[in-house]
Parts: sequence; structure tokens; C-alpha cells
Amino acid sequence: MSQEQLIQIRDLVKTKLLKLCQLLGAATLGFFQSTGAFAFFTIRSVSHCIRPPFYMSQFIRQFIDIGYYCLPVVGLTALFSGMVLALQSYSGFSRFSAEGAIATVVVLSMTRELGPVMAGLMVAGRIGASIAAELGTMRVTEQIDALTTLSTNPIKYLVVPRIVAGTAMLPALVLLADIIGVFGGFLVSVYRLDFNAANYVDQTWRYLENMDVISGLVKASAFGFIVTLMGCYFGFNSKGGAQGVGAATTNAVVSSSILILISNYLLTGLFFAK
Amino acid sequence: MTNTVPKIELKNVRKAFGGKKVLNGVDVSVEKGQSLVIIGGSGTGKSVTLKCILGILEADSGSIKIDGNETRTLQGRKRDVLLDEFGMLFQGAALFDSLPVWKNVSFKLMQARRMPAKEAKDIAVHKLSQVGLGADVADLFPAELSGGMQKRVSLARAIAADPKIIFFDEPTTGLDPIMADVINDLIVKCVHTLGATAVSITHDMASARKIADRIAMIYQGQIIWNGKKEDIDHSGNEYVDQFINGRAEGPIQMQVLKH
Repeated sequence: MSQEQLIQIRDLVKTKLLKLCQLLGAATLGFFQSTGAFAFFTIRSVSHCIRPPFYMSQFIRQFIDIGYYCLPVVGLTALFSGMVLALQSYSGFSRFSAEGAIATVVVLSMTRELGPVMAGLMVAGRIGASIAAELGTMRVTEQIDALTTLSTNPIKYLVVPRIVAGTAMLPALVLLADIIGVFGGFLVSVYRLDFNAANYVDQTWRYLENMDVISGLVKASAFGFIVTLMGCYFGFNSKGGAQGVGAATTNAVVSSSILILISNYLLTGLFFAK
Repeated sequence: MTNTVPKIELKNVRKAFGGKKVLNGVDVSVEKGQSLVIIGGSGTGKSVTLKCILGILEADSGSIKIDGNETRTLQGRKRDVLLDEFGMLFQGAALFDSLPVWKNVSFKLMQARRMPAKEAKDIAVHKLSQVGLGADVADLFPAELSGGMQKRVSLARAIAADPKIIFFDEPTTGLDPIMADVINDLIVKCVHTLGATAVSITHDMASARKIADRIAMIYQGQIIWNGKKEDIDHSGNEYVDQFINGRAEGPIQMQVLKH
């Protein structure tokens, strides 16, 4: 009897283990499959960026959508970030009488870090989501297939203009965000903390190097590429109906936000010089 | 039957999604200027067949010949050239909702053939009149139209670039019987005027009888019957009989009943 029980238990463990292996295998295969699909999509999109024909009206629409319509939200974020930055660094720096460094701290933090990251995240929420939702709806209502039957490559018509506009417009947005953010710090320092205005402006310029601004703009460009690419990828591959489009939107925003933060560290490391 | 090359010829076309085999060796051919209607239940591979011919999906194996040339694996520029001959009416109309009606209709002319806007709009208005819509519709957006009107606009878009081959995916689904008949008449008229080869998929027998020269029935990824429209009522095939009479009892068991 005990022998029988043992065999039963052994068989049970065997089937359970097999199931576990199957699950693991399926998950691993799925992971590589989606990584491959994503890499293929990226290569295809980028290669189409440099091959004509180009759809000018689409480019213009996307440039306006990303460059112009994101301006209020990015500007507002930058303004308040700069203001908070001035207040917070004051409460820290005043403890060892280093208030004079606030202008430098504000401008460096804005240009090197907060400008690109804040703008990237805001654009991920605004543009990444709208791209994923728009392309996702076009996919589930067969509009993307319709493009193909109308002799128009959907990657060229839908994806390329968005990626190019994102990569090109984010640096412009961030440059404005830098200026607005520094201005926010200036407002707080001068009107709340009673700094001398001329001194503050002078301090802002004194330690600022070209590389601070440029590294921020390069980051911005990378973030713009990430946001639009993720939006397009998830939208393009959305399945099912309303639920599929919803999932695509969430995935686009979440994954582009995470990728922004990770690539932010990598790019900072790249530009970092001791 | 004839010694000419068929316009479209599928031989042993197979397509699987993961482990799920959707097409199990489809064999069917359409002569030039003929109208073939493929009938079959939901999920039997009708749409996949059309998408494989268009190249939206790539068939796993088999042969898909257009005018005698193999096209199954065509990519890029060559595929674009081939697709220039095609027009398609989608089930849900699939109009671009960001564009007004006339830009939808003339999309291929303007985007792929680089036609100036004014000329393209004239053609769009003309094509809209062919499907019974007035010039006032041209400047509306698709969301402002009823389902039947959207289908008609989509039909106008499909015929706008004078295609040699037109596909109709469930042209009458979701329409009331009268509007469905209007669409059927329009399809017959447009195909006739263009002299195009047409392939339609539907499960609406009234529509099939109206627009078909030949009817083929697809079941479990294979063509199980193929013949003239007049022969469908005495096909001698019990699957076909069950389908055209719409009986729940018969050799075709719906998947839902099994589980």
C-alpha cells in the first residue's frame, strides 16, 4: 500500500513539475518573442524614417501636436519645478550659509535633470497615451489594414511622422522648459527669499557650461524617441476591442516612463565626468 | 474550363496562428471579371484568406498567384505595386475618422499617386455620386454619417482608383435588409462598370445570391464546395445545405455547443 501511495505521489510531483516547466518555458518564449517583435518594429520604423516617400501633412500635424500642444503642460511643470527647487535648496543650503549657490543649483538641476525628465514624463502621459489610443483604435477598426490596401505603408504614414516629431520637438520643448524653470527659481528667490535680482541672474550664468544644456537636450531627444516609439508600438499591436486599446495605452505610458528613468541614468552616466 | 490564366489562384494555402490552424490548404481560383463569394461561418478562415491574398498576413505555405505570378512572399515595393490593383471594402467601413469624406475617397489618388487636391476632389465627388451620395456629403466627417452611408463611402473609396480586383468583407453585415440590398445592387453595378474581378466573403445568403457568379464554401480552413451560384441549392453537399438553410442541426457543429 505504501508503495502504491509513493508511486501516486511521485506521479503527482512529476505532473506538477512538468506543468511548472511548461509555464516557465512559455513565459521565456513569450519574452523573447515580444523582445524580438519590438526590436523588429524599431528597426523597421527607423529604416523607414530615411526612405521616401514622406507624408508632409502628417509631419506637420505631429510637429504641432507634440511641439505646440504640449507647451502649456510642460511649461507649467517646469515653472513649478523651478520654484520648488529654489525653496527646497534654500531650506537645505541656509543651514550652512550657502544661500549664494541656489541660483547655480536651480539652473544646473533644471538643465541637466529636471527639464528633460519632467518634460519626458509629461509628454509620455500626454502624447504617448494619445498615440497608443489613436493607433490602437485604428488597428481594431481595421483602418491600418485599410491603409495597406490603399497602397500606403502604415509605418511610413503613421509611425515615422510621430517618431521624427517626438525626437525633434522634445529638445525644443525642454529648452523652453529650462528657461521657464530658471525663471520660476528666479521669481521665488527674488520675491520670496529677497535675493538681489541682478546677483541672481549673474550667479545663474556664472557656472553654467554649454555641456549642461546640451546633455539635457540630448536626453530630451532620446526621451522623445522612446515615448513616441512605445506609443506607436503598443498602439500598432493592440488587439481586441476597447479593452485592448485601454491596455495598449497603459502599457505605452508605463513602459515609456520606466524606460525614460532607466535611460536617464544611463545617459547621465555617459555624460558624467569627474 | 478556360485556357486563360485565372486572375487569382490559391493552391494549398496554409496559415496557423501559434498552434491554431486557420487555413488548412485552401484551393480556389477566380477568373478575370468573375465574382466569387466565399461563404462560411464565423471563424472558419474567410477573413484570413483575404488578408493572405492582400499580404496583410503572410501565408505559411502554398501558392497565391495573381495573373499567374506568385505573390505569397512579396514584400516592400513589389507588394505596393501589386496592391495598387486592389480595392477593398472593410466590414466596419474602416474610414479614416480624422479626414473628411472626400479625402477618404481620394486617399489612394492623393497619397500614393500624388494627384493634386482639386482633381482628386472632383473624382471623389464623382465616385460618391456613383454610390448614390450627393456632393454635400464630401465635406462631412465619417463620424457624422450613418452606418449605411459609411459603407457607401467605403465602397466609393474602394473603387476610387479603378481597381482590377475588389474584395468585399461582409458588405451587408450590420445593415437593415433594405440598405443591405442597396449595397448589394451598388456592388453589382460597380463591379460591372469597372469590369473588375471581385471576391466577397459573407454569411448573408441573400447577399451571396445577388452578387456572386460562383460561390465557394469554406469550412475548417478548407474549401469544401465550389460551384456556380445556380447550383448552390442542389449542391449535394450536406454542409452547404445546412449552411444555406441556416439549420442548427447537421454535420457542422458549433464550437459553443461542445463546451
